[in-house]
Amino acid sequence: MAETTSFTYDVLVIGAGGAGLRAAIEAANAGVSVGLICKSLLGKAHTVMAEGGMAAAMAHNDDRDSWKVHFADTMRGGQYVNNWRMAEIHAKEAPDRVRELEGWGAVFDRTPDGRINQRNFGGHRYPRLAHVGDRTGLELIRTLQDHAIYLGITVHMEHTVVDLLLDGGRAAGAVAYDRERGRFHVFAAKAVVLATGGAGRAYKVTSNSWEGTADGHALAYRAGAELQDMEFIQFHPTGMVWPPSVKGILVTEGVRGEGGVLKNSEGRRFMFDDIPDNYKPQTASDPEEGWRYTQGDKNARRPPELLTRDHVARCINREVKAGRGSPHGGVYLDIAWIKEKLPNSEEHIKRKLPSMYHQFKELADLDITKEPMEVGPTMHYIMGGIRVDADSQMTTIPGLFAAGECASGINGANRLGGNSLSDLIVFGKRAGEYAAAFAKQNGAARVDAARVDGAIKDVLAPFERAGKGENPYKVQQDLQDAMQNLVGIVRNEPEMQEALLKIQALKERAARVGVDGQREYHSGWHTAIDVRNLLDVSETIARSAIERKESRGGHFREDYPDKVAEFGTFNITTKRGADGRVQLSRLPIPPMPDELKQVIEEQKS
Amino acid sequence: MAQATFRVWRTQPGGGGAFQDYQTEVSEGMVVLDAVHHIQAEQAPDLACRWNCKAGKCGSCSAEINGRPRLMCMTRLNSINLNEPVTVEPMRTFPPIKDLVTDVSWNFRVKKTIRKITPRTPDAPDGTYRFAQRDADRVQEFRKCIECFLCQDVCHVLRDHKKFDEFIGPRFLIYNAQLEMNPIDSADRLQDLKDKNGIGYCNITKCCTKVCPEHIHITDNGIIPLKERVVSRFYDPVTRLLHMLR
Repeated sequence: MAETTSFTYDVLVIGAGGAGLRAAIEAANAGVSVGLICKSLLGKAHTVMAEGGMAAAMAHNDDRDSWKVHFADTMRGGQYVNNWRMAEIHAKEAPDRVRELEGWGAVFDRTPDGRINQRNFGGHRYPRLAHVGDRTGLELIRTLQDHAIYLGITVHMEHTVVDLLLDGGRAAGAVAYDRERGRFHVFAAKAVVLATGGAGRAYKVTSNSWEGTADGHALAYRAGAELQDMEFIQFHPTGMVWPPSVKGILVTEGVRGEGGVLKNSEGRRFMFDDIPDNYKPQTASDPEEGWRYTQGDKNARRPPELLTRDHVARCINREVKAGRGSPHGGVYLDIAWIKEKLPNSEEHIKRKLPSMYHQFKELADLDITKEPMEVGPTMHYIMGGIRVDADSQMTTIPGLFAAGECASGINGANRLGGNSLSDLIVFGKRAGEYAAAFAKQNGAARVDAARVDGAIKDVLAPFERAGKGENPYKVQQDLQDAMQNLVGIVRNEPEMQEALLKIQALKERAARVGVDGQREYHSGWHTAIDVRNLLDVSETIARSAIERKESRGGHFREDYPDKVAEFGTFNITTKRGADGRVQLSRLPIPPMPDELKQVIEEQKS
Repeated sequence: MAQATFRVWRTQPGGGGAFQDYQTEVSEGMVVLDAVHHIQAEQAPDLACRWNCKAGKCGSCSAEINGRPRLMCMTRLNSINLNEPVTVEPMRTFPPIKDLVTDVSWNFRVKKTIRKITPRTPDAPDGTYRFAQRDADRVQEFRKCIECFLCQDVCHVLRDHKKFDEFIGPRFLIYNAQLEMNPIDSADRLQDLKDKNGIGYCNITKCCTKVCPEHIHITDNGIIPLKERVVSRFYDPVTRLLHMLR
């Protein structure tokens, strides 16, 4: 066996964003030993960038809200291919998970009567997002982090997991290296929780940080677990488009929730031109009604800017392609206009959207209280992920759990804003709870020394090609170009077939990458390892997207522009076949219980 | 496109280090972190630098740029003179690991020693609390902290006097402040602030406030109120007399 250090835990959590931290807390509370591995320093995970809030039907701002409305909103947003049981659990448990955070030190914005304040967001019928200005993600991660450090959890920071270990078909731990020194570590565990976040770095324009390299998706896939819904990718409608170096950075939906409007170069509010039929009853008939909605008028309906993200992103894409875009290839997002309505609008905007004010001021020299922003779609979130059991979050591999963005099910074809942070804490908690229970019920697993050696040999191979291999950064950039251009917001079969050919060629190049120098904190080497994950996962995205010959949610096919009822009856799953190729299947969605069907019917009006 | 020179600190195996010059293309809107990424991708793939969000929200890419502690992702090139080489070096207060990456683990150890939040009895039967936005406001200012540790880097008590064992630094003073001012907290940290956390070492030069990328009024709103509480508890003659009589 190669030289390694060994650690043994009952539960090993991989990833320390919202879901990973919440899982680790729950497992530690259950009395098992917990190890937590994260790729960055603790508290830096991508959760930190979430802005708008976390959705929970606490009904503080509108007492008509309830878990039922939240459930129905989530299913409608996901175009009914969600795992309905997950959507139900999420809607029911989110309020308790949010309240619990307050006891752990989170300081949410308040209502006039001193309760947690909730804001409007796209696709949510009532104000539902508990928030802290526009930095809710920071509040969430810091609260969980500051709670977790007192619980005896061992945190391994700046470690990258390169392979999962199995013992006779069950999870047995993981192999990792520390980025700081490049040393290898073997983690033996009775249960493993994946909470590694998303895959944004497969795309060129993304809101995701460098960490979003689909590690959990790829680790699970290579271990033989099933992925599902990989074709469903959320392009957030509003990312920054200028200057080039910040292209893709998120502009929170909260801007639109506070009254911001989208306009094309002709000054037209184009979102009023295309409102889907199933949202018409809930959408404002004119700008005045939309404004009243954003200011809390319970009799007003939401402005079309707050339609679901998939729809808004496509409308923006259409305006730009039709030549009605802004100078840098986006459209205008205007919050400054509210000065016509509010006497102290500048102060109001700065108080409600402090990070956005700061971000545009510092990165684009633009004062959002005075001028419109330029925005365009950015790869933000992957609805697809590791297939899990709704209640326990266990994957198709015993003892391997997944929670948060790397898992799938709750969001169906499109995620509503605000449902991610609540997903993290609801299902992070459940994953930790069930992983701890699994660890208590099962003995220690055996570490497969040959697999450890094999994994380390693969990871070190780029050093053997020092000076003559492919540049790993170049391979990643070429993949990002291919995915952006060929498997993006608007898709068609020939382009996606071309993408598959490119991915195949890139896989061959990735097998030849070379890096020079020492293993200590070597960014080029890290990229060489991350890009393997992106390639495997990009292939599952493209193949799933080819298979779904319809348009639904985050998946839009110009060759099949309509939604097809038959495709609403199954999810597409992918797993690694014995021959190493992607195996695709159609997994029927189990029938929904009558009481949930009734909830959806009741909320349709 | 214009070229600029970046004078980047490179550590050497076995200890020590030196500046090395890299020329790279610069374009409109670029920040220092972009330049470092260009250098990594084209000239020095093993150049070590920490970063995550590239939007000023995670506090990973702290460095000293032309001698000033700043976030690389929030330092626009049009704000610095590109006719001279731009120096980029690691935070000097912390032990070096490699190139621009330093060992900030001391900060994580310090935090664990601070008394955690201790919630008072909830205000409502469902376990929830009631408090006004104005009470949230002053705590939220401190909770904006992104833990970039630039305030720790610039603080002379740590940087020059190396009081790592006696002083927790501005970051953890405001960590204390947000706990002390949290409307639901019931713990008392004043004794610790005086005896274990070394609040007396701070002589309010406000260097921390000046470098804070979140513009938190660390000294005025955080440290000074804590100092006042400590003074009135332990040094005010009237309060001391009352304590003695008790």
